[in-house]
Amino acid sequence: MESVLGRYRNLTILVGVLFLQVLGLAVQVKRGNDADSTRLIRIWAVGAITPFERGLVWAQNGSGNLWHNYFFLRGVRAENRQLKEQIEQMRLKEVRLSEDATQAHRLQSLLAFKEQFIVKTVPAQVIGSSGSDLSRSIYIDRGSNDGLTPDMAVITAGGIVGKVLRVYPSTSLVLMINDQSSGVGGMLEKSRLQGVLRGTANGEVILERVMSDEQVAPGDTVLSSGGDQIFPKGLPVGTVSKVSPGKDMFLNILVRPAADLSRLEEVLVVTEKQEKNAVVDSGGRVRAADILAERLPSVPDKPAVVTPAPGTTPSGAIASSAAGTSVGVKTAIPAGSSTKPEVAGHGLAEHNLVKPVGTGSGTPVASAPTGGNTASLTGAHSVPVATQQPATGQVLKKVVQKAPVGASATGGSGSNGGTGNATGLSPAKPAAPRPKPPTAEPSPQPPPTEDNPH
Amino acid sequence: MPITYTSGEQIEVYRFSFPVTVGVPLLALFLQAYVPRRFPFFSVFDLPLLVTIFFAMARRNPVSGLFTGAAIGLSQDMLGAYPIGINGIAMTVVGYLASSLGAKLDVENAGARLLVTLGFYLVHAAVYFTVARGMVNLTLNWSWSHGVLAGLANAVLGVGLYFMLDKFKQRT
Repeated sequence: MESVLGRYRNLTILVGVLFLQVLGLAVQVKRGNDADSTRLIRIWAVGAITPFERGLVWAQNGSGNLWHNYFFLRGVRAENRQLKEQIEQMRLKEVRLSEDATQAHRLQSLLAFKEQFIVKTVPAQVIGSSGSDLSRSIYIDRGSNDGLTPDMAVITAGGIVGKVLRVYPSTSLVLMINDQSSGVGGMLEKSRLQGVLRGTANGEVILERVMSDEQVAPGDTVLSSGGDQIFPKGLPVGTVSKVSPGKDMFLNILVRPAADLSRLEEVLVVTEKQEKNAVVDSGGRVRAADILAERLPSVPDKPAVVTPAPGTTPSGAIASSAAGTSVGVKTAIPAGSSTKPEVAGHGLAEHNLVKPVGTGSGTPVASAPTGGNTASLTGAHSVPVATQQPATGQVLKKVVQKAPVGASATGGSGSNGGTGNATGLSPAKPAAPRPKPPTAEPSPQPPPTEDNPH
Repeated sequence: MPITYTSGEQIEVYRFSFPVTVGVPLLALFLQAYVPRRFPFFSVFDLPLLVTIFFAMARRNPVSGLFTGAAIGLSQDMLGAYPIGINGIAMTVVGYLASSLGAKLDVENAGARLLVTLGFYLVHAAVYFTVARGMVNLTLNWSWSHGVLAGLANAVLGVGLYFMLDKFKQRT
């Protein structure tokens, strides 16, 4: 026995080393890929490599910034970067709004419809990659100290990038969508066909599980379907670049990613999503007559005085109007809400992304604050009848002066409460108080005036 | 001192200083992680694999070759997204085979190095995919065109890299 081991010493050692590694792999597989069994080892390895990467990135950025900001077109680059950031944010909003508009049309009648919203993102810088052609992943300079957890979506303004796979204190490993082990729920924008996006051995992205009898053409836009519970629905994924028959009655749909996955420098990690029920107007659709009645002149019952609920401010102070739309709606944002309405500073600080959701007709959703901390930007699909818009308010002001006192009118202080004098309406004269009829029953209309031909 | 099968002459067995033994693989791992961020095409190269092949062939000792491969492969796994050990097993096999081959054949010239590197790249890929699909159940697909082209690219880079690393060789 001894002589056999001595004779095949090298082979014995090889088998032993391989056996140990196979054993280690088996333990990992049994416990799952994200088990803590290898976490400590990975932290050590990442901790040994990433400081150098951070240092290099920092030095590179520092020298680049020094040149660009002081020697080369001083100031212009900063402004350009700022503008690009704004464009990126607006593109995100635009894509989302467009998608939401389409979605609202289709789902308007559905109750209990839920949708996810990106509430908060954390910007991160790409500091390295797995470096292997067989595994496509990147390292970012944000980790658990910044609130990151596994399975968070990573996006850019162009489109989705991947998901957070492992989180370390100050860095995270992101599995990109072109990795062979990744899977993202995707759908075609026009046909709404859904499939699964996977990476290929060449680093490309394909959309699987679309039947071969479906019509898919190059150039079609692919969006996230939200089915993976990681990426919110409607984020851009890419465009179809090639379609060919595949195996098992499915199509081979090659997708060109919207985000340039090979040249990523900065990404956004979606750290907070909200899932809300869509608010569907209980009264059904808003009729044209109701809308017209809303726009007719009226006099409010009394000067609107809003008593802000605890934790909120008078909504009128920050209510934004929807001037120019055909429906008198407004978007009101409670200051005390946990949902911030605007994108905060970009840079290194955390910033929030809240997408105001439009309706199918493209009008902003009337979502009046009802007090408390209820987020006002909901995925409502029907337009609650709300108050007038500033332009209408000015019209009303003139009409009130011109029209006979007895002219009936509707509208006024709004039917959903909590709106107050938020529409730019001048302080109403309480001389002719008139109970406001329900909006569903329009009052006899006054004769048209030159300001209100209707 | 081993004798080659090809020439029948004695061949040199080399050793390396400790800084080179540790520093070169670490540098290869670092470059592999960092450079593709700036130059995406660089991800087609596998510097840790080339370093493993070089050290294994230069030392001509199967045991040190397999341990070198295991160490580098496991380090590479620690930085990757997949379970630790897939690259480790593949590199162990490559390290063992490369050192065994180095002990039997004269692989000092550029042509031999080119072919050997291409061959070991494919061996590495074969073992890697076998383990990944068979043990870990990863849905990886092999692309022959991509694999062969990547192997050729690595072989070309390897020839240049080996001549650079030859400067660190020390005769036993």
